[in-house]
Amino acid sequence: MSTPIIRIRNLRKSFGPLEVLRGIHLDVAPGEKLVIIGPSGSGKSTLLRCLNRLEIPDAGYVEIDGIPLDDSRINLDRIRAEVGMVFQRFNLFPHLTALENVALGPRLVRKLPRERAEAVAETLLRKVGLAEKLHSYPETLSGGQQQRVAIARALAMNPKIMLFDEVTSALDPELVWEVLEVMRQLAQEGMTMLIVTHEIRFGAEVGDRMIFMDAGRILEEGAPKEMLRSPQHPRTRAFLERLLG
Amino acid sequence: MLDRLIYLLGGLQLTLALLVCSLAVGIVWGLAIATMRLSPWRPLRLFAFLYVELIRGVPLLVLLLFLFFGLQGVVGRGVQVSAFWSAVAAFGLCYGAFIGEVFRAGIESVDPGQTEAARALGLSAWQTMRHVVLPQAVRNVLPALVNESVSLLKDTSLAAVIALPEVTQRGRLEVARTYETFEVWAMVAAIYLVLTLGLSSLARRLERGQKTVVHTDHSHPQPA
Repeated sequence: MSTPIIRIRNLRKSFGPLEVLRGIHLDVAPGEKLVIIGPSGSGKSTLLRCLNRLEIPDAGYVEIDGIPLDDSRINLDRIRAEVGMVFQRFNLFPHLTALENVALGPRLVRKLPRERAEAVAETLLRKVGLAEKLHSYPETLSGGQQQRVAIARALAMNPKIMLFDEVTSALDPELVWEVLEVMRQLAQEGMTMLIVTHEIRFGAEVGDRMIFMDAGRILEEGAPKEMLRSPQHPRTRAFLERLLG
Repeated sequence: MLDRLIYLLGGLQLTLALLVCSLAVGIVWGLAIATMRLSPWRPLRLFAFLYVELIRGVPLLVLLLFLFFGLQGVVGRGVQVSAFWSAVAAFGLCYGAFIGEVFRAGIESVDPGQTEAARALGLSAWQTMRHVVLPQAVRNVLPALVNESVSLLKDTSLAAVIALPEVTQRGRLEVARTYETFEVWAMVAAIYLVLTLGLSSLARRLERGQKTVVHTDHSHPQPA
C-alpha cells in the first residue's frame, strides 16, 4: 500500500458512559474507496465525524495527508478544507439557493470573488445534473436533488477526501439511484471516499475494501464481494443476513 | 373634539421617538445578551442569566423611576438628567433582556446540522454565525420581535410619570384642563389601539411566510 492519506491509531470516543469507539486502527490509501458497514450505534458515523473533528476523540491519533489532527486551529482549518462531508439529512442552507449553497465555502474559506465562486458552483451543479436548479431554494428540491447539491457543495472545496455518512438513508427509495450515480462517477474519477452505508450492494460494487463495525470495533475487513459472499465473523454474517434477507 | 385629537396626536412624535430609540438600544443590547447566554464561557452566561432574572424581577415603572429620580439624587441637584434618555435607557435595558431571550431562542431554533455543515466546509465560528445561523435565526424571530415592539409601544406610556409629554402625558394634561376624563382616556386608548393593531397585522403578515416561528413569553429564563 502506498503512503496512507488517512492514518488512524487507537481512536477512542465515549459519550458519557457509552463507549462508541473502542480503539480503531485504520489506514486508507489515496484514491481508495472504503465502505463501512455495521448496525446502527456501532460507531460508523462517529468514526467519520472524528475525521473532520465534528467529534473530538478522547484518545488516539489521526493524521490526514500527513497533518496530525489535534487541537491546533491551523491544522484543523487545513484538514477541514481537504475533507468534504455529506450528511444523511443533507443540511443544505435553506436561506440560500443551490448556487449560493455551493459557492459559500469557496467564497468564505478560499476567499474567491463571488463570480469565480459561482462559476465553480455552476460547473459542479451541472456535473451532478442540476443545471436547471441553480437558482432554486432547497425546499423546492426533492431529497435526491438536495443531496446532489450537498455533494456539489462539499466538492466545491476541492477536497482530497470525501466522507459520506448514510447519504441515502433519508431518501425515498426511488431517489436513491440518482445520488448513488453521482457517487459512482466520483469513484471513477479517483476520489478517496469513505462511505458509511446500508446500500450493501452499491458498496460492494464501488468499494475497494469493506469494513464491518460493531460496538465500537472493526470486527472484519476485506474485499467487499468476498465479505458479502463469505463473511468470517459470526456477527458480520448475522448482520448481512438480516440486511440482505 | 378635533382640537383635542390634534393635541393628543402632538405627543405621537415623542411616543414614536421613544419606541424607535428604545427598540434600537434593546436590539443591540439583546444581541449582546443572547451572545453571552450562549457563550462557552461560564461567567458571561451567568452574568446574562442574572441580568435577565433581575430585569424580570423589577417592574419597568420602578426601573424608570430609579434611573430618572435615583440617578438625579446621585449626580446632584445642579445636573439635569434628561427625561427622554432616562426613559430610553430604562426601556432599552428592560427590552434588551426580553429581546435577548427572543434572539437566544431564535439561534437555538436553527438545526445543529446547519452549524455542522458550515464547520465541515471550513467556515470559522464567526462566519458560521454570520452567514448561516443568524440569517435563519432572524427570519425565525421576526414575528416575536414585532410582538416585543407592540409591548414596548404600550410601555412607552409609562414615561408620563416623568412628565415626558408623549401621548399619555398629554392625556393627563388634557384631563387636568377639561375634567372630561372619559372622553380623553377613551381617545388616548384608541390612539394606542390603532398603533398596536397596525404593528400586529404586520406581525401576522410576517408570520404567514414562516415555517419555524419562535414564541417567547416573559416567564423566567432557563438557568445558565
